[in-house]
Amino acid sequence: MTVLELRSVSKVYGRGAAEVQALRDVSLTVAAGEMVAVMGPSGSGKSSLLTIAGTLEEPTSGAVLVAGQDTLRMSAGAKSRLRRRTIGYVFQDFNLLPGLTAAENVSLPLELDGASMRKAHLAAVKALDELGLTDRARHFPDQLSGGERQRVAIARAVVGERTLLLADEPSGALDTVNGESVMRLIHAYCKRGVAAVVVTHDAQLASWADRVVFLRDGRLIDQTAAPAGPETLLEQQS
Amino acid sequence: MSVKHALLALLSEGPKYGLQLREEFEANTGQVWPLNVGQVYTTLQRLERDGLVVALGDDEELEPGPQKAYRITEAGSAELAEWLRVPPDLSSPPRDDLVMKVLIAVRVPGTDVSAVIQAHRRYLVQLMQEWTRLKEDDNGNDLAFSLVVDSELFRLDSVVRWLDAAEGRLRRALADGWTPAQATAAAQASPRLPTRPKMGVRR
Repeated sequence: MTVLELRSVSKVYGRGAAEVQALRDVSLTVAAGEMVAVMGPSGSGKSSLLTIAGTLEEPTSGAVLVAGQDTLRMSAGAKSRLRRRTIGYVFQDFNLLPGLTAAENVSLPLELDGASMRKAHLAAVKALDELGLTDRARHFPDQLSGGERQRVAIARAVVGERTLLLADEPSGALDTVNGESVMRLIHAYCKRGVAAVVVTHDAQLASWADRVVFLRDGRLIDQTAAPAGPETLLEQQS
Repeated sequence: MSVKHALLALLSEGPKYGLQLREEFEANTGQVWPLNVGQVYTTLQRLERDGLVVALGDDEELEPGPQKAYRITEAGSAELAEWLRVPPDLSSPPRDDLVMKVLIAVRVPGTDVSAVIQAHRRYLVQLMQEWTRLKEDDNGNDLAFSLVVDSELFRLDSVVRWLDAAEGRLRRALADGWTPAQATAAAQASPRLPTRPKMGVRR
């Protein structure tokens, strides 16, 4: 099942002499259970691709489908509901709210979506348990190590059965061993059916993905061969 | 890679048979470096000749049988301790086929150097995916295996990073109006690479 589909997406910032073409005719499909890494140097359009996939920005042309829905035809309300319920974001600098505990950071998106505080808290504690952070639930971000903060951020991104995980250099601020734990975790969520797009310039992080696509000057120029799985075989037949 | 010192390290845990040494060597290198039993015995003979190990006498055999067991000597332990601390010689760069291909791609007129670089980059990333998959499946259970896989990933990663840097330099040069003809002209003006400075850091 396709979770994210970019169809001929282009993005232009500015006008005239200041015009920058960030993305050019990018088409990318990510299936449930698949982890795709987007590799490219700075300025290649990685972050634009991610913000457009996450419906935080609209493309200049082309279409963005999330869970089969054309996001460009959605109302603002429907779009923010989609962002709260379906899409999770992980950033390089974690973006945890410093005044909230780990559990509160994780339960916040559920509460914003209308869940009761109690239900949201239980879901948050469960998500933290799964990441080995049971005894960190009451800690504030500045009482956590970098690796723990990023795991909390991942818990926040996947809590509430979200199906699309978008990550921008998720282990960029971590050492090798902690960075590896973060990638291992993201891949584990994918094996449970989540679709993930991770943008990075780091080949070691990208190598956790099932498929690596290469971005240059806003164009997808190449990709690694996908390992032959049932979904791949089905796609080839259809 | 030093089979000699790997065997000394295994014997530093206690006396062992040749076959046992081979099995433990392979286990300790995450099964990535196979070792044939002939190598084990010729290495043991050399170690014995140099006084770094001794064969156990008949009365001290671990268990009766045709196999010979070996024990590390004091000289062997000293040799092992010394070897662990001396960095291997990395001062002269290896002749690298990939580097040669990119250097040549820059010289051959009409070559899309970025496409050449990308072909190599894709291959390297695919190899890294295979190693990472093995690491993921092992889940950190086998420390030796994780270390071997890490070293392979860092090695491949360094090549990908070199390709990234090469592409960055090429693009800058092209933006500055550089052409392959200039590469040829520059090479003819100085037909040999400048003499490499002698690297002589004390190890």
